[in-house]
Amino acid sequence: MHEMAVCNELLAQVRAIAVEHNARSVGSITVRIGVLSGVEPDLLERAFTIARAGDYTAQARLLIETVAVRVRCRACGNENEAAANRLLCAACGGYAVDLIGGDELLLASIEMREVSDTVSSARRHDAQDRDSSGQISEGEDSYV
Amino acid sequence: MCETCGCSIPGHEHPEPADTHTVQVLKGLMSSNDHAAAHNREHFDRSGVLVINLMSSPGAGKTRLLEQTAAAFGAGLNMAVIEGDLETENDAERLRRGGIRAHQITTGSACHLDAHLIHRALHEFPLADERGPVDILFIENVGNLVCPAAFDLGQHLNVVLLSTTEGDDKPAKYPVMFRAADLVLVSKCDLLPMLDDFSVERARASLEGLGRQTPVIETAAGRQCDIGAWVEWLKASRAGHPRPNMMEERAATQTA
Repeated sequence: MHEMAVCNELLAQVRAIAVEHNARSVGSITVRIGVLSGVEPDLLERAFTIARAGDYTAQARLLIETVAVRVRCRACGNENEAAANRLLCAACGGYAVDLIGGDELLLASIEMREVSDTVSSARRHDAQDRDSSGQISEGEDSYV
Repeated sequence: MCETCGCSIPGHEHPEPADTHTVQVLKGLMSSNDHAAAHNREHFDRSGVLVINLMSSPGAGKTRLLEQTAAAFGAGLNMAVIEGDLETENDAERLRRGGIRAHQITTGSACHLDAHLIHRALHEFPLADERGPVDILFIENVGNLVCPAAFDLGQHLNVVLLSTTEGDDKPAKYPVMFRAADLVLVSKCDLLPMLDDFSVERARASLEGLGRQTPVIETAAGRQCDIGAWVEWLKASRAGHPRPNMMEERAATQTA
């Protein structure tokens, strides 16, 4: 179950974007997950309800768009949907195909609440604090 | 009529709708891991080392294969291993007993290695020793056919082991893992005469169903060791790696 790790990566990105946009909170997060991405939508949702705690994302909803597997045949050029473990051309039956969809693992969009100019400066200040603390922890981890 | 809700009750108020704002992002979910993986890869390339991520279910014979690989190359290959396990230093100690330089990462309860863990390990594990730069660094991932496939570590090649004591339909059951493979090793082939339920041909067919022409090599790393094809594949991969090839120079000085 690596969905918790994926979820933490997602929330770190979302929080950074919320800070950048001076948002007060995040309403919903839309992700696009391919059937062949290695991430299970159900498990990601469960992990999300645990991991979302915190300032920006405590009330956030996770919207998951599942993307089906699509292949294009190298022999005949046909495009069709396929099962995750039967990547075959539906027209000629060939298995020399290219994956054209279904391995996505994307943060598609974020809906943010109360984007307000009156709180902008305070938020920006807050964001700078976060940035500097972020840099310190990253410094420990970077190559010299 | 109320203009907001359309009801007929006059003079009531609605709270201001929250000011919402949607931002399109369209960025990879794993960008922090991928960023660290790219750093690792740069570091590997600067050091001229070929990095191979070994993955399989627990007990498929990854550690044994590495022991026999080191024995087959002898001094002709400077190899090092980063071991990933949930607990214990056992595998790294086992490799060290065979004279292989090894670093153990214990992940606790985490079911996979990620690029940050490898990054941290590299701070403690130099990619050169008294024999010179490392030719091939193997990363022996946590035994698991699911989670490790989702995390780029900065490796150049993925090798997935499928042992004959498992089902020959594993590629169909774990398509994400087997699609990530640059090479599939069918391990423990010396046991095939004793097993009536594993067919290498069925394993190949199961793999072909994933839409990739992944090469398959049969190995046996037990007492009747036969890893010749694997050794040749490693030599070819190392030779094709765009870096100064210390391995061949060392082999040349040995034979001279």
